[in-house]
Amino acid sequence: MKISDINFKEIVSSYADEFPTYQVLDEKGNVVDQEAMDSVSDELLVKMMEDMTWNREMDRRVILLNRQGALINFPPSGGQEATQYGAMMALDPKEDVLAPTYRDVYACVKLWGVDLLQAFVWGKGHVLSGTYPKAVNMYAPNVVVGGTTPQALGSAIALRFRNEKRIAFSFAGDSSTSQGDFYEAINFAGAYKANLVTVIENNKYGISVPVEHQTAAKTLAQKGVAAGIPAVRVDGMDPIAVYLTVKKAREYAIDNGPVLIEALTYRYGPHTMSDDPTRYRTEEEVNEWRKKDPLIRLGNYLTAKGLWSEEREAEIKEEVKAEAKETLARMAKLEPLKVTDLLKNMYAVQPQNIKEQIEIYSAKEEN
Amino acid sequence: MPVLTLAQAVTDGLNEALKKYDNTLIFGEDVGKNGGVFRVTAGMQEKYGDKRVFDTPLAESGILHMAIGLAQEGFLPIPEIQFSGFTLEAMDPLIAQMSRIRYRTGGSRHSQILIRSTYGGGVHTPELHSDSLEGFFAQVPGLRVVIPSTAYDAKGLLLASLESEDPVFFLEHLRLYRTVKDEVPEGYYTVPLDKAAISREGSDITLIGYGMMVPMALQAAEELAKDGINAEVVDLRTVSPVDYETVCASVAKTHRAVVLQEAQRQTGTAGQIMSEIQERNFMDLDAPVARVTAPDTVFAVGMAEDQWMPNVDDIIAKARETVEF
Repeated sequence: MKISDINFKEIVSSYADEFPTYQVLDEKGNVVDQEAMDSVSDELLVKMMEDMTWNREMDRRVILLNRQGALINFPPSGGQEATQYGAMMALDPKEDVLAPTYRDVYACVKLWGVDLLQAFVWGKGHVLSGTYPKAVNMYAPNVVVGGTTPQALGSAIALRFRNEKRIAFSFAGDSSTSQGDFYEAINFAGAYKANLVTVIENNKYGISVPVEHQTAAKTLAQKGVAAGIPAVRVDGMDPIAVYLTVKKAREYAIDNGPVLIEALTYRYGPHTMSDDPTRYRTEEEVNEWRKKDPLIRLGNYLTAKGLWSEEREAEIKEEVKAEAKETLARMAKLEPLKVTDLLKNMYAVQPQNIKEQIEIYSAKEEN
Repeated sequence: MPVLTLAQAVTDGLNEALKKYDNTLIFGEDVGKNGGVFRVTAGMQEKYGDKRVFDTPLAESGILHMAIGLAQEGFLPIPEIQFSGFTLEAMDPLIAQMSRIRYRTGGSRHSQILIRSTYGGGVHTPELHSDSLEGFFAQVPGLRVVIPSTAYDAKGLLLASLESEDPVFFLEHLRLYRTVKDEVPEGYYTVPLDKAAISREGSDITLIGYGMMVPMALQAAEELAKDGINAEVVDLRTVSPVDYETVCASVAKTHRAVVLQEAQRQTGTAGQIMSEIQERNFMDLDAPVARVTAPDTVFAVGMAEDQWMPNVDDIIAKARETVEF
């Protein structure tokens, strides 16, 4: 090779070619990868459809409850169900370790044993929100953008050290790939062949800043290249593509080491309830993404097979309504969070300052 | 009883930890084959294997982040940050993550992690290798900050820190590594956390310090004794949370206090201790609570280092001033 052969433009533009987007079910509900589709049972597809329908309706309800002031501080997930549910259904909640972001809380309710009441009070900062029984094998949803993958990393290294046949899994936002900690985590994971699978939920925006402003990289999957780990890109609005990719990645990770997956998805709602997305994106753009909706494509596919109906959808919506109502009633009976609850949680063994302050705040709370 | 340097006592403690608990892991930059840049982990990889004592990629944030997950999976991680100035790269795992796990999970999970690191001046390092950042770390609820000043304490506090279900930031003073030598029992023992030590009993004034300031205070006390001033020396040992019971009982007895810290004067541990003494011991005091610190600049690397660091003469002068007030 000669120095005169170096063509920087060609080098940088060729990276993205390495990362085609995998799909099983297209936007209309047509199967584009029959072999892949045949590997998934109807039973699982129906469950997927039910759970995603539940999420979409719960998301709508929780947005309303926020507007009414019954709940606070909610990051909606409508639009991202195919990525969240497709990925988590490929995991084993009895074995795997989960590190979710703040946007994945409701998927943890449906699939990971978190109580809906815990999701409701998470935004309210109640200690109950993260008080998991031992069987709920997950980290508390991380508020730090980029905080999830480094946590899953440590668990994943532990699993490799013990040669266990399970994985640690993290969700990560697109903007988390701008964080140094994200790179450190995937780089360490590669170095230790950690049992780690990470799914980047690329919903195109970090609050208002589009992913094109976050990086010159044309794909986020290619960030795995620098860490020396396999990385792929999937259609994050196609739950079957996400499911099968994560399933395959899980098997690979157990035997070999980490996998990075970029899922192309979209959030229909605001970043959180205090965000106004009309300031940074157009109605047309949102509508274009709505055409790719996972509920439409999987709904069409299952309806054609006689496995789904509007009646079933309506039933689930009613269930969500009842579940939310019942949980609000439980929330009303919940002992409000006290400063002493926080003080008691700071240390395993209470030091002098904490003991003194528990005394002071207990007296205040008794009044 | 064997007489060890502070560095040797830490080594002794780490060997006890590896021996007693199969799940102890020691990791960090250069801790494996190289045995650490100060040889504190020398021979451990050969003895316990590279699954338990191993090198990491050079990234402080990654090192502390991986400790969190390892602890969650039941290991007892002892990560090393080679110089605590580089903990500035690792604020997220230290402050935003491991120190909050108990809070975030309603006490259903904890972070049993012992972070070892070095700090302190007097050995002419490059920039950021000698900084005293314990004041930052002391502001973090959920984190314990421990600084030994004797070899005996170094081993005992290290093992107590390992047993603590709360994360501990354990700081080893670079200058004390080889200048301090005292008797260290063989075998496993602990020195309680959150308990200050009376290093020297006295009746006229209390000198409160930690790390390098303790041997300096003891030296100052000897000089002051020649003038008939009988100084009590309190070694905090745990810089956060502080044992105010011991500090305040001493001040109630002597009626005077000087707080010593190697770090800059602005905010920091000394300022906090002074204000607690003012609040708790106001009626006991015969003089304003004073302090000896470094000036408010970054650590003076190199030529001005000796003038910058607080020294024995500074302590003697401030103690005299306080007694004569």
